[in-house]
Amino acid sequence: MTIQFNDETFRDDYTFNNSEWAIKRFPFPFHEDSYMYSVNMEQHRGGPEGSVYEMRFDVDEHYVSEMKDRAMVLDQDPLRCQSLPHMTLAGWDLLELIMASKSEDYPDLFELHRNGNQWRWINKPMGIDHSFTFMDETTLPYGPMEYITRQAQGDFAVLDQRDEMLWMDAGMVTTQADWSLDFDIGMNFFEWHAPVPKAHEMGIFQRALKFLLNIQQGAPARRLNWTMTVNPLLDTSPENYHKWGIQKTTLTPENIAHKQHLRVELQTFFRLPRSNALVFPIRCYLCSFQDLMTVPKWGRRLHRVIRDLPEELATYKGFIDNRPMMLDYLSQFDDGLPTSPGIWPDLETEPPLKSKLA
Amino acid sequence: MSKFEFPKSITSRPVWGTLEVRSGEHHLMIAEAEGAEAILDIATPDLMAKTHLIYIPKGTGYAERLRALNSAQFYEGPSYEASLQRIRRVLEDTHMGLQVYLTGTEGMMGQAMSEVMTVGLPHTAIQTEHRGSVARRMQCVHCKGITEDVEVDPFVCAHCGLNLFVRDHYSRRHAAYQGVCVDAEDHGNVPEPKGIYE
Repeated sequence: MTIQFNDETFRDDYTFNNSEWAIKRFPFPFHEDSYMYSVNMEQHRGGPEGSVYEMRFDVDEHYVSEMKDRAMVLDQDPLRCQSLPHMTLAGWDLLELIMASKSEDYPDLFELHRNGNQWRWINKPMGIDHSFTFMDETTLPYGPMEYITRQAQGDFAVLDQRDEMLWMDAGMVTTQADWSLDFDIGMNFFEWHAPVPKAHEMGIFQRALKFLLNIQQGAPARRLNWTMTVNPLLDTSPENYHKWGIQKTTLTPENIAHKQHLRVELQTFFRLPRSNALVFPIRCYLCSFQDLMTVPKWGRRLHRVIRDLPEELATYKGFIDNRPMMLDYLSQFDDGLPTSPGIWPDLETEPPLKSKLA
Repeated sequence: MSKFEFPKSITSRPVWGTLEVRSGEHHLMIAEAEGAEAILDIATPDLMAKTHLIYIPKGTGYAERLRALNSAQFYEGPSYEASLQRIRRVLEDTHMGLQVYLTGTEGMMGQAMSEVMTVGLPHTAIQTEHRGSVARRMQCVHCKGITEDVEVDPFVCAHCGLNLFVRDHYSRRHAAYQGVCVDAEDHGNVPEPKGIYE
């Protein structure tokens, strides 16, 4: 299908909106009625047609507007994109991976023409037609990682692998769930995850690291992660927290349906061929509560997950103060019926909401 | 009593050790304030004869006792910043096998450690021991400014003036802990500052 790109904002007047298509393909992150940390990795080898899993780098209706938002963030704070000097080769690897994947997966939107090291890249949605020399930085307007991630949705952490460890040595981070690339750059896997509660004691990071170190070229992996955001704000950075934090307090029973968003990260992991680095795209999807509630299964399940989430996790994810109001709203969509296993909406087979007044 | 037992914390927080004599032909010791005591504890004539000792008093008075150790070179610097060019010059001449001893506040040790790593010495060649003040060197995540010697939580950023709370999350590159706005969700509601470990 041809994607109709939205003209929308993720700040100020917040005109962001999901079409019915986008709602149905939203990566709902709960495969059962409760949630606890787990490594939950699976192979990233496609998925149901039209789902966010289908392509290596999903492109959706928010693409063009998200890239405009990224450009604004970088304009105000160039430190959101950094690469330590030894990571340039990994940047070229990433540029090749994204250009090759997008041109193969979306031939109507992207084209890559290669003649030796003379490359021509056409990005139709963003109006780019650019010829350059592969591996020659002087032929690009930015470093290779910055150049290509200004044209790809989601944050990108580029991890160097040495001494049986992963190091956060480069990244493009403008849509983060509250972590600072500028602060964390150069840290190892355990250090940058240090503030996450509980998971260290559960051995989650030891197991995840072991899995990630063994990812092979051509065999990427993926997992989902989630948090909550008031307003469809992409730039929930700690850098700007003193500006956006107050928005959390603007939630009321009257506006919660359209103001409160479930924020889901599709995290993928690709081994890069020349540098042996690992690239970790963190793609952010937002969906308002009222849009989620159009899927009966998700309505039932979200209420149960949020209700039963341990206090420590609700605090870490930053919505402990708003949880009672969320539950008041969500409970209207939980009629107590069982839910089918798995994350998919199952609109054909799951029963509609049973009125509790009946 | 200048030894402090830091409470158990998250994995990015550095863990400091206890200095011990290592064998080697070249030794560099940097002692800040009460860190002088850690040097006095391990000094032997043989060790000090091969040592370049740098002392940053920060209002303490150990100079005479340290000078009496007869180190190969002794330098008393008025501040870490003032001593930095000299430290870099010493590290420039460094060859493998240099043993480095850092003792004093976390801020000084963290900064000096990153200088030592920059010249390519392995971290195994660096020993540390915390002595004296438990104040922290803090980076404001908002304006990126560094506030030195922070003793209370929350504190006011010396650069942008925001009220910041003190996190345990630590960056070796910045040699600093992270400070984050404490009243972002309730402007003006700033808790009464208290000691970081109170």
